Amino acid sequence: MNREAPLLARYAEGLFWMARYLERVENLARLVDVTQTFESPGREAESWYALVRINADEEGFAKRKLPLEAGAVKEFYLLDHENGTSVPASIEAARTNARQLRPLISTEMWMHMNMFHRDLISIQPEDLEGDRLSRLCARIKEGVQTLTGITEGTFFRDQGWFFYQLGRLIERADQTTRLLDIRYHLLVPVGLEERRVAELTQWGGVLRAAAGYHAFRRVAPPGFTPEDVVAFLLTDTAFPRSVLLCISQMEWHLGQLRSTYGLRGTVPALERVEEIRSALLARAVPELIADGLHEFLDALQRDLIMLAGEIGTAFFRDWRPLAAEQSQTQSASLQKAS
Amino acid sequence: MTDPIVDPFDDYDAAPYFCELTAARQGDAGTPALLRSRIAAIGLDALRARAAAAENDLINLGITFTVYSEATAIDRILPFDCIPRILTAAEWRKLEAGVRQRVTAINAFLHDIYHERKLVKDGIVPGDLIFGNSNYRPEMEDFPVRFGTYVHICGIDIVRDQAGDFCVLEDNARTPSGVSYVVENRHLMHRAFPDLIAGMRLRPVDDYGRRLRQAMTEIAPEGVDDPQVVLLSPGIYNSAYFEHVFLSREMGVPLVEGADLIVEDDKVFMRTTGGRRPVHTIYRRISDDFLDPTVFRPESMLGVPGLIGAWRKGNVALANAVGTGVADDKAIYAYMPRIIRYYLDEDPILVNVPTHICREAEGLAYTLEHMDELVTKPVGESGGYGITIGPRATKAELDIARERIRKDPTNWISQPMIGLSVAPTLTDQGIRPRHLDLRPFAVTGKETWVLPGGLSRVALKEGSLVVNSSQGGGSKDTWVLVEE
Repeated sequence: MNREAPLLARYAEGLFWMARYLERVENLARLVDVTQTFESPGREAESWYALVRINADEEGFAKRKLPLEAGAVKEFYLLDHENGTSVPASIEAARTNARQLRPLISTEMWMHMNMFHRDLISIQPEDLEGDRLSRLCARIKEGVQTLTGITEGTFFRDQGWFFYQLGRLIERADQTTRLLDIRYHLLVPVGLEERRVAELTQWGGVLRAAAGYHAFRRVAPPGFTPEDVVAFLLTDTAFPRSVLLCISQMEWHLGQLRSTYGLRGTVPALERVEEIRSALLARAVPELIADGLHEFLDALQRDLIMLAGEIGTAFFRDWRPLAAEQSQTQSASLQKAS
Repeated sequence: MTDPIVDPFDDYDAAPYFCELTAARQGDAGTPALLRSRIAAIGLDALRARAAAAENDLINLGITFTVYSEATAIDRILPFDCIPRILTAAEWRKLEAGVRQRVTAINAFLHDIYHERKLVKDGIVPGDLIFGNSNYRPEMEDFPVRFGTYVHICGIDIVRDQAGDFCVLEDNARTPSGVSYVVENRHLMHRAFPDLIAGMRLRPVDDYGRRLRQAMTEIAPEGVDDPQVVLLSPGIYNSAYFEHVFLSREMGVPLVEGADLIVEDDKVFMRTTGGRRPVHTIYRRISDDFLDPTVFRPESMLGVPGLIGAWRKGNVALANAVGTGVADDKAIYAYMPRIIRYYLDEDPILVNVPTHICREAEGLAYTLEHMDELVTKPVGESGGYGITIGPRATKAELDIARERIRKDPTNWISQPMIGLSVAPTLTDQGIRPRHLDLRPFAVTGKETWVLPGGLSRVALKEGSLVVNSSQGGGSKDTWVLVEE
C-alpha cells in the first residue's frame, strides 16, 4: 500500500476552501436565525442591518441601493446569487471546489453536495416569510451537518483530511467572533443589574444560535453574567465553536501534517496560532470588554486572515495561473467580510 | 376477469434492419429470450418509472457531460436506455480479434510514417495524404516510443449492417472518450434493474482502470521503479471532465491540470503540498495542439510549457503519443484495409465501410453524382458535425453539401448509407427499434487488451442515425456473454 501518496497543492487548497465555504453557509444560517430571534419590536431594521455590518458588506449592500429593511437583508443573504457572501454564492463556491476535488472526495460527499447545492440555489422568496425562515435556517444547517457527517464517515484520512479540517476550523473560529460581534453593543456596564438580567435573555439567544446553550448552563458559575458568555464563546476548552478550541485543533492538525506527512513550512502558521492563543488568554474577559470587545474581535479576525495566509504560503504557494486567481477571489470575499 | 398481460414486444418490428435482440444468433445461450421475458414481466410502466429514477441517480452522482452552445454550458446526463445490448461470445471473439488487429496495424503505420516511410515508398498511401495532414507532427520523426506503441488507448467505432455483419466506421486514435459510461452503465444496471441482470453470465467490465494503470506503468521511461502516473485534464469546464475524474479514480492516480505541472531541466514535476514531485507517465486528455505552448499553440493555457522537450529527452511518457491523429483521419481510414495487409500480411478481420475519397478525382466525381445516396462527412470533424445523409436530405441541403465539397474536396469523404442495426429501446411510444453503434476500447502498453463489450451508443430519435452524445444520443449497457 502506498501511504506516501503526495497531495497536489491545488487539491489541498480546494479542500481548505470547500470546508470554509460550507462552514460559512452553516454559520450564515445561524446568524440569520439569531437575528430573527433578536428582532426587537420597532427596531427590526437596525437588528437586521447589524448582520450586514458584522459581515462588512455595507458597500455591497449600498451598491444594490437596497432599503435598510429586514426583507432586503434577508434577500441579500439568502436569495442574491450575485452577492459573494450570500448562501447561494457560498454553496456555489463550495461546489466548484468540490468539482475540482472529485477525484479525491467520496462519491457520497459529491452526491450530497449536488443535491444540497440544487436545494440552496433555488431558495424562494416565500421561504423567507414568517415562520418559514426559521425552518429554512434549520434546513441549511442540517444540510451542512449532513455533509459534515458524510465526510467524517467516508473521506479518506490522508493529508487531504487535515486541510479540510483546517479550513473548517479557521472559518468556524472566524464566525464565532462574528456571532459575538453582533451583540457586543448589548454589553451593559456592571452595576445596572436589572438591565444586565434582561440582557441575559438575548445572550441566551446567541448561545442557542451557536448550539452552546445547554453546555454553557452546565459549566457556567451560579449567578453567571454576560461576561461569562463571552468567555465561553472565546476561550472554553470543550465547546466545539469556541475560538480557543478551534485554534487548538488547528495546531494539532498542523502538527500532524508536519510529523506524519513530513510537511515543513508549518512553523509560521504554528507561531501565528501561538500568538492568537496568547491574545485570547492574556487578559480576563472583563478587561477585554473594558478595552473594547469590538476592537478585540476585529484584531482576532485579522489574525485569522494572517493565519490563513501562512497556510496558503506554506502549502498552496507553488500553484499558479488559474488557481492563483481563484484563491485571490476566495480570500478577497472573506477578507472583505472582516 | 383479469387484464390481459400485454407483452411490450408485441408491436415491436425491427424490419428491415438487423435487430440486436430479436435476430436469431448462434450460441446466444437463450439470454436474449430470457431478457425479453424479464422485461415483459416488469411491464412498460414500471420500466419507465425505474428508468426515470435511474437517470435521476445519474444527475445526483454528477455522471454528466457538458454541452456548450454559444452562450451556455449545460450539464447533461448521457441518456441511459435500460434494455441492454447483447453480444454473443462468438461475436465478441471476432470483434476483439478485429480490434486488436487494427490497433496493431495503426501502431505499425505510425512507427513507419515517423521513421522509414516504407509505406509511402511502396506506394500504398499517397505521401501528401500523410505528410500534408494537419495532424502529422514533424516533432515525432525518428522519435522512439516504448514497445512501438503510439496509440495506448484506442476506441474503434463499429456498426452492423442489415445482414448483421460488423464493419468499422471510424478509428479514434487521439483521446477517445466514453469508456466511463461502459462501467457506469453496468453499475447502474445492477442498482436499478437487478432483476434484469441477475444470474446472467456476462464478461465483467470493471477491470479497465487496473489495466490502464498497468499499461501506463509499462510505458514509463526505462529505469523508473515505481513510476508516478497522472491524468492530465483540461479541467472542470471540459465536456468530458466526469470521465477524467472516473479514470483518475479507477487508476488511483492524481488528476492534474496543466498548471499543476512544471518542467525543470527537461523533467516534469507536479506541485504538491510537500514541494515538487517527479511525474513519469502522463495520460493526457488534452489534444496535441494544447499540450505545450512553447511548441504548439502559444496561447494555450491548458498545457505545460516545456513538456514536449521533456518528452523528447525520454524523461516522461505521453499516452497517447503526439501525432497519432494522422492515423484516425477519415481520409486515411479509406486505406486501412490496405494498411492492415501491408504491415501484418493478414486480411482485415473487420471490414471497412466502402469509402470514396473526394481528394481523388474518381472519388469526387462519384460522390457528386451520387449525393442523394451517400453519406458525406468532413474529414477533420468529430462529434457527428457536418455530416449530410443523402437519402434523408432535401434537395436544398444536398445543393449546399455539394457546393461545400466542390469548394474544398480534400476535406470530404463519402460512404454508402448503411442500414445500421437496431436494438429495442424504451421510448414514449413503447419499446421501439433504434439505431446504434459500438465503440470497443483497446488499451496497449506492451500488449493490447480489449475491454469486453464497449460503449453502445443509441440514436434515440426515431429513424436517426446520429448516435453522438452531443446530438441526442444515449447509451446502453453492453453485455458480452461468457463462452459456453
